Amino acid sequence: MTTAWTDLFPYVALILVGYLPNEMWRALGLVLARGLNEDSQIVVWSRAIATAILAGVIAKLIVFSGGALGAIPLSARIGATVCGFLVFLAAKRSVFAGVLAGEGALLLGGWLFGH
Amino acid sequence: MPASATFPSATAAFRGGLKSALTSAFFLVLAGTYIGMGALAHGFGLTPWWLALSTVLVWAAPAQVILISSFGGGAPLIEVALAVSLSAVRLFPMVVALLPLLRVEDTRLRDLLLPTHFTSVSMWVESFRLLPAVPREQRIAFSNGLSVGYMGTAAAFGFVGYYLAAELPPLLAGALLFLTPMSFLMSTARNAKAMMDQLALVLGLVLGIFLTAADVQLDLLWTGIGGGTLAYFAHRLREATA
Repeated sequence: MTTAWTDLFPYVALILVGYLPNEMWRALGLVLARGLNEDSQIVVWSRAIATAILAGVIAKLIVFSGGALGAIPLSARIGATVCGFLVFLAAKRSVFAGVLAGEGALLLGGWLFGH
Repeated sequence: MPASATFPSATAAFRGGLKSALTSAFFLVLAGTYIGMGALAHGFGLTPWWLALSTVLVWAAPAQVILISSFGGGAPLIEVALAVSLSAVRLFPMVVALLPLLRVEDTRLRDLLLPTHFTSVSMWVESFRLLPAVPREQRIAFSNGLSVGYMGTAAAFGFVGYYLAAELPPLLAGALLFLTPMSFLMSTARNAKAMMDQLALVLGLVLGIFLTAADVQLDLLWTGIGGGTLAYFAHRLREATA
């Protein structure tokens, strides 16, 4: 593979497998902006698929992490996720409080592991 | 935001939207999410300019995370396209619900192109909260200002996260990478008010881990279709027996 292609590849891929498959749903919404409502069965089903796929992405990022996050032990990552989620629930579903608690627990776990 | 907000001109309405974006709670959520995304892009060897372009063109955090992480993992392009597309299905009903709020009788299609592209979770939630107080003929300008504020925030903090990840000691860089899954998990859980959405979230987490560990091809696709369909039928079954 040539250098130019290697450099360009992420941008071509961004258009082909990022922008187009994402934008087509917005375009479809603009064209068919009447007739369907939030409660129609196909919309409900697609919402469930969208939620599950997003959850799959989240799980992969936490359990099969790469880079600097992967260097922190799995037990600390899972423990921090549980900690963050419990605080999120306790704090009336505050995303801010949950993320803060999860990050704090991860830093503590990673620091203890390193010492 | 007062109960009703009338602006002297379209430019003033645009500025009003911009100001609302920079002072809303979503400012912090977006900043945190895109700092994490910048760190993720750094971790997977992409440039910060690639990330900024993907923010402007894709403008959907889940799709961007799928893109970044699958380029690094070397997933087949067709799988990436399908996964991105499935993650974006939710944009369709959002656009369908939003446009009637922006439109007046003589609104041209081309005036709706930008609001359509700008549709995302943050903009959508805030539009429904703020737009009813804005006069109908100024709503498109206001909404565009709101969106430009959010998109600019996201793009700027993407750079911040990228360079922080490059400079920080490993533990702190790891904590930055942890921002994306944390903020996604919490905001998805917060939006999952119905039983079906909560079930889809749990099934997706479990299936995502299981299918990746088992090294199944197209794991994200099966996670979405399998987990989502199971949750959907559980919801139908409960409605039928209720």
